[in-house]
Amino acid sequence: MTVVAEQRELRDDGLSGLELSARLDSIWRTPSGLLGALMSVDHKVVGRRYIVTAFAFLLLGGILAILMRIQLAGPEKTFLSADKYNQIFTMHGSTMMFLFAVPVMEAFAVYLVPLMVGTRNIAFPRLNAFSYWMFLFGGCFLWISFALNVGPDVGWFAYVPLSLLQYTPTKRPDVWAQMITFTEVAALAVSVEIVVTVFKLRAPGMTLDRIPLFVWAMLVTAFLVMFAMPAIMVASTSLILDRLVNTRFYDSSSGGHPLLWQHLFWFFGHPEVYIIFIPGTGMVSAILATFARRPVIGYPIVILSLIATGFLSFGLWVHHMFVTGLPQLGAGLFTASSMLIAVPSGLQIFCWLATLWDGRPVYRTPLLFVIGFIAIFVLGGLSGVMVASVPIDTQVHDTYFVVAHFHYVLIGGAVFPLIGAVYYWFPKITGRMLSERLGRWNFWLAFVGFNLAFFPMHILGLIGMPRRIYTYTADMDWAHLNLLSSGGAVVFALSFALLLVNVIISLRAGALAGDNPWDASTLEWATASPPPPQNFDRIPVVKHRDPLWFDNGTLPVVAGLSVERREVLLTSLAEAEPQIREASPEPSIWPLLTAIATTVFFIGSIFTPWAVLWGTPPMAVTLIGWFWPGGSKEDEE
Amino acid sequence: MPVRMRTALVPFATLPLAACAGRQSALDPQGLQSDQILRNFLIFLIVGAVVWIAVLIVLCVGMLRRKRAADQPLALHHSFEQTTGRVVFALGVATLVIVLGLSIVSYAGQRTVFAKDENALTLKIIGHQWWWEVRYEDDSPDKSFVTANEIRIPTGQPVKVELESADVIHSFWVPSLTGKMDLITGQKNELQFTAKNAGVYRGQCAEFCGLQHAHMAFAVLALSADEFGRWRDHENQSASSPTDPLGKQGEQLFRARGCALCHTIRGTLAGGQLGPDLTHVGSRTTIAAGTLPMTPATLGGWIADPQHIKPGNYMPKMPLQSDELIAILHYLEQLK
Repeated sequence: MTVVAEQRELRDDGLSGLELSARLDSIWRTPSGLLGALMSVDHKVVGRRYIVTAFAFLLLGGILAILMRIQLAGPEKTFLSADKYNQIFTMHGSTMMFLFAVPVMEAFAVYLVPLMVGTRNIAFPRLNAFSYWMFLFGGCFLWISFALNVGPDVGWFAYVPLSLLQYTPTKRPDVWAQMITFTEVAALAVSVEIVVTVFKLRAPGMTLDRIPLFVWAMLVTAFLVMFAMPAIMVASTSLILDRLVNTRFYDSSSGGHPLLWQHLFWFFGHPEVYIIFIPGTGMVSAILATFARRPVIGYPIVILSLIATGFLSFGLWVHHMFVTGLPQLGAGLFTASSMLIAVPSGLQIFCWLATLWDGRPVYRTPLLFVIGFIAIFVLGGLSGVMVASVPIDTQVHDTYFVVAHFHYVLIGGAVFPLIGAVYYWFPKITGRMLSERLGRWNFWLAFVGFNLAFFPMHILGLIGMPRRIYTYTADMDWAHLNLLSSGGAVVFALSFALLLVNVIISLRAGALAGDNPWDASTLEWATASPPPPQNFDRIPVVKHRDPLWFDNGTLPVVAGLSVERREVLLTSLAEAEPQIREASPEPSIWPLLTAIATTVFFIGSIFTPWAVLWGTPPMAVTLIGWFWPGGSKEDEE
Repeated sequence: MPVRMRTALVPFATLPLAACAGRQSALDPQGLQSDQILRNFLIFLIVGAVVWIAVLIVLCVGMLRRKRAADQPLALHHSFEQTTGRVVFALGVATLVIVLGLSIVSYAGQRTVFAKDENALTLKIIGHQWWWEVRYEDDSPDKSFVTANEIRIPTGQPVKVELESADVIHSFWVPSLTGKMDLITGQKNELQFTAKNAGVYRGQCAEFCGLQHAHMAFAVLALSADEFGRWRDHENQSASSPTDPLGKQGEQLFRARGCALCHTIRGTLAGGQLGPDLTHVGSRTTIAAGTLPMTPATLGGWIADPQHIKPGNYMPKMPLQSDELIAILHYLEQLK
């Protein structure tokens, strides 16, 4: 960089107040119009789209759940045929896991992490836009297939040999396997962005022990995604190959083995649960600190627990396979390793209880959801300890007991914190508050409905009801509990309808929020609600774990970033000392075009292996367009 | 927990669960293994309930302890943080101890449940979409026979089932007797259990195996040793030829209308391997893998239109005249 350039470039230390805001706004703003919207690389725009899309898939998955509960409400109902039921439960599981739970957590991270670490945009913003388009196209592809009656019907776990060509000659499992690939691409991209954002884009002074707990949770989650996703990538690609070009990875008559699938699937599938749950704990920590009116007790314990949970989650996939005829001693060891995860989870809960105990809690809707979370999640965790025990698992595996267990863990552990998070961050994202009165109704409907819907399933499983059956006879004595469960499901669904109503009403007529309506402590509340395109007019300097509480009013800031082009400040990994200014990419249409080309390639390769040949040139062209070197001002000097 | 104490807890804890006994309930054990599993489950249940209630009490007390919200956020007090850190650490250690204790309980239970007895009665079960092939094998081939969808075993004697699959993954599960075990292509699994009392126990496929997974059940009939011996001798024999004209006509139609392409009836020319062996079908208690009770009406309905009862199963709907149907039905009923 020459001295001349240095002098010509206008930096934020040369401006102040409104002029600074206006200039930053104009260079960071997403271009107007439809084309501008399609080009956006603002993490807030992408994050909002991500959140809304994920919730749309929640709605669709929830409708399927209700359809299943209608079918199972009584014995020998003919509301759904066997074929439809199998498609519906497969779509419900796949939608909830791959199109809702994981993406919604990533969506919150995409929106919040850059704000919480005090930077202007996420690392790799174009990759971020690409990731969203891939997620959207993958999800639409799955649902359009379902509408055209080629929706997958072999379960969200798609066990071989049932999902092989021989037993399912339709295109249904291909649709499923390719949808997995879409979401893998999206999830991996977001993980890389989160890791780099947290490690390199933190505000000066935000040392590792000053990072907000939510950000820590998302960091650990990002690493889990990066290590777990390759397993399912290998698995689903091998499945596609077996089906399309007649390889024999899973064919036991030719030296393959069906259990290979299960090992690969669950090596991904169990960490997947923590990929969903750990962000939930991050949300709990954020909400709890704000409403208990004190920082979470045991900050280092919580972080170590998160990391330990992450590590342990890779050592217990075998507990999904206890009834596949594994050696007994090995299975016994996996019992111990599975139960061990109760220790870090327990430690986190003890820290939260201590926080609540010592705090002066303000009982607003977000905190209600956190309290509901503790009651439900602990129960789910304890039934998880049961499921981890080999002898007990041989009875309850693949029954409604397990259905009850993982809904307690996933809804209790992730969805309750998530709804709390919606109430908590809605003012930040939209600038308006959600109605507190409707919020309380929402909570109680959700809490009562959830327990009515899922608690009876524990008993149903113990009295012999297997999973994934579309009907049962009256003499099995399952009818009453199923009816109760279906009624509970309707109440639970109503709570989501109420949330939707609350969101719609509040978007138009909610009370204005102001910058920091809850008097929270982390950086995302240090800027306007909703945040301006540049997030912060000046990058804050962090001197404390809870900067808005204990830094005596005004935050110190750094100056020196350009106001003529998009620039972010890179800091050192551990101590977050400022290192260099780095250009942040401009809006671009290429991520969208690349996603379209990739989609054509992925869908084409379901029908013909030749798509690998003709599908890649368009991808190459769009990628070249994406990475075509554009000159920066400094280079032109 | 010492064994005696565990046993003492069982009647106390099963009391509220007794009302939950159904036709295939893990809460109403009738086998040595299911008994052991239930005992293990109850230990976990009690420990879990205590932990859960303790957490809820702490939560509630913590919530009610202070009524007044703070205007200013509370700063951390170093000494308090230290004390809490110790409490949390102690609770963490307690969790670890509980977890290790339960792991040991679990492993001890697992050893009992999966204990092997060399003198067990051995039979082989092969899972098909969507029915069960049951092979009673003996060292001398003339004592080996095949049946379907119904397993008869002697009470009090260990039974070993060898599990294989002909197509996709299924799971063999009779909750009243023991936990489940998968049937996997290219792999041989086995499971041992002992029925304590005579009775009929329902079992059901537990691993999703395609369209008619819901209708893949079977019955286990636990008989006294004598009864079992008599049944086995009888089952081992070939089917008796019908003596009446209608039965003879039925036997002929069974071959002529293609039934014999898929089904075997020992002692006749019917030798198909795709569907269940029907040698003594008349003596079974259910049809279509536990879907319906065996009565002339249900069997007739099944032959007339199997796709109506179990859509998507591999038995095609055969074009039969009503008198042909009556003859075949009459013939099958006689196969006892």
